Amino acid sequence: MKTARVAHAGAIHDAHPHERGLQLADGRVLAEHEVVWLPPFEVGTIIALGLNYADHVKELARELTVTAKDEPLVFLKGPGSLIGHRGVTRRPRGVAFMHYECELAVVIGKPAHRVSRTEAMQHVAGYTVCNDYAIRDFLENWYRPNLRVKNRDGGTVLGPWFVDAADVPGPHALALRTLVNGVVTQQGNTADMIDDIPALIEYLSGFMTLRPGDVILTGTPDGVVNVNEGDEVVTEIDGIGRLVNTIAGDDIFGR
Amino acid sequence: MPSPRLPDLDIAPWRLSGVVYGTLLNDPASLAALGEAVNAPPYKAAPRAPVLYVKPRNTLAADGAAVAVPGDAGRMEIGASLGIVIGRSACRVAAGQALDFVAGWVLVADLCVPHGNYYRPNVRLRARDASCLLGPVARRDALADADALQIRVTVGDRPAHVARTAGMVRPVATLLQDVTEFMTLQAGDVLMLGVSAGAPQGCAGESFALECAGLGRLQGRLVAETDEACT
Repeated sequence: MKTARVAHAGAIHDAHPHERGLQLADGRVLAEHEVVWLPPFEVGTIIALGLNYADHVKELARELTVTAKDEPLVFLKGPGSLIGHRGVTRRPRGVAFMHYECELAVVIGKPAHRVSRTEAMQHVAGYTVCNDYAIRDFLENWYRPNLRVKNRDGGTVLGPWFVDAADVPGPHALALRTLVNGVVTQQGNTADMIDDIPALIEYLSGFMTLRPGDVILTGTPDGVVNVNEGDEVVTEIDGIGRLVNTIAGDDIFGR
Repeated sequence: MPSPRLPDLDIAPWRLSGVVYGTLLNDPASLAALGEAVNAPPYKAAPRAPVLYVKPRNTLAADGAAVAVPGDAGRMEIGASLGIVIGRSACRVAAGQALDFVAGWVLVADLCVPHGNYYRPNVRLRARDASCLLGPVARRDALADADALQIRVTVGDRPAHVARTAGMVRPVATLLQDVTEFMTLQAGDVLMLGVSAGAPQGCAGESFALECAGLGRLQGRLVAETDEACT
């Protein structure tokens, strides 16, 4: 089952896919553009992985200060970073390198405390698509990637659909890609994660209790390129969803 | 794991959001302690923007909480910080107006597994269950000068440390300005001013307490991590 959370006509609704767009729980059928799409579930802790695809590690190797990777590179984000499908993300004037990251987002469904990898998948409720922007101009080597790069308002796009785990029998064999203005710029497959989902849940739940609604952004493959104001960025994962975002300039933010 | 009992507020915004950010290296002595290493790899330069970290919801705990000390670490660092409680959406706040966005203050005991390398966010060391104790909230005017506080930390029975809010790289107003330049803080969010250099450490079996005039007292205890899994 696929579910979304949308705002329409003054209220927030659960919605499901419909041949003409989507259907609210109260029966109304609407086109995709008639609603405001919110992140598709109530998001708890946002846990992100860096350098979790071997090709992306290679892509970034020139600028990495330290290349040894003995444990997953984990960083956390706050709720202000979240926006939904068809939203806009601000590109500050004057930056040189702002890029998308297409990622499989894994949503926790039951509390996980010291869960072994053999049991880990039982704690997964489902999946969605994430586009986790970064602005590399602001990178500093203190608690890197620092929040000024990775925790910007509206820089973490989630959606459109939350897909039940039961409907995704092979989460480690999903093709994913990013299109900028219709041109494919990034391609990969979740089979190429360095630490797969069970390994990540085992690692994370070993030191922090995961709760329903916590989400693990599992990293991105290579192929990140700069995006500019006005660009339409589509991140999609086969069987999970197609997530649309548009890059906006400073003007609409009054800057 | 029980849900954290966040303190209710008797002032707007009435409740905490559960969003808590920490600030690293705001005490100039913490950076100075690194010496020339600041300019060497992996850092290559002193920080420019505020260095922040997230204390996620599994870390939030109330007065009296027990904090597990990982067996392989043996000790926890007991950081004491002033927490700035945000009163309304704060985006691109100027330092001169920053206090208008502050609802009040909260004493924060920010525990982590001691670490001296700040290149990576070290979530495994920072985000341990119940490692962020939040004390009672004081209204903004309860403190005459938030940038001139002393937080007395005791570990076991011994006075272990006095954390001072004076002389920070970024005092409260400047920190709010520089943080809200790139991320909006919302009502009920807590931004820590940052722990002062020389935070004490404790072992399993020890209690700890933070005490600050105007903010009250906050205490907890360190316990040994058990091996039982509870899924």
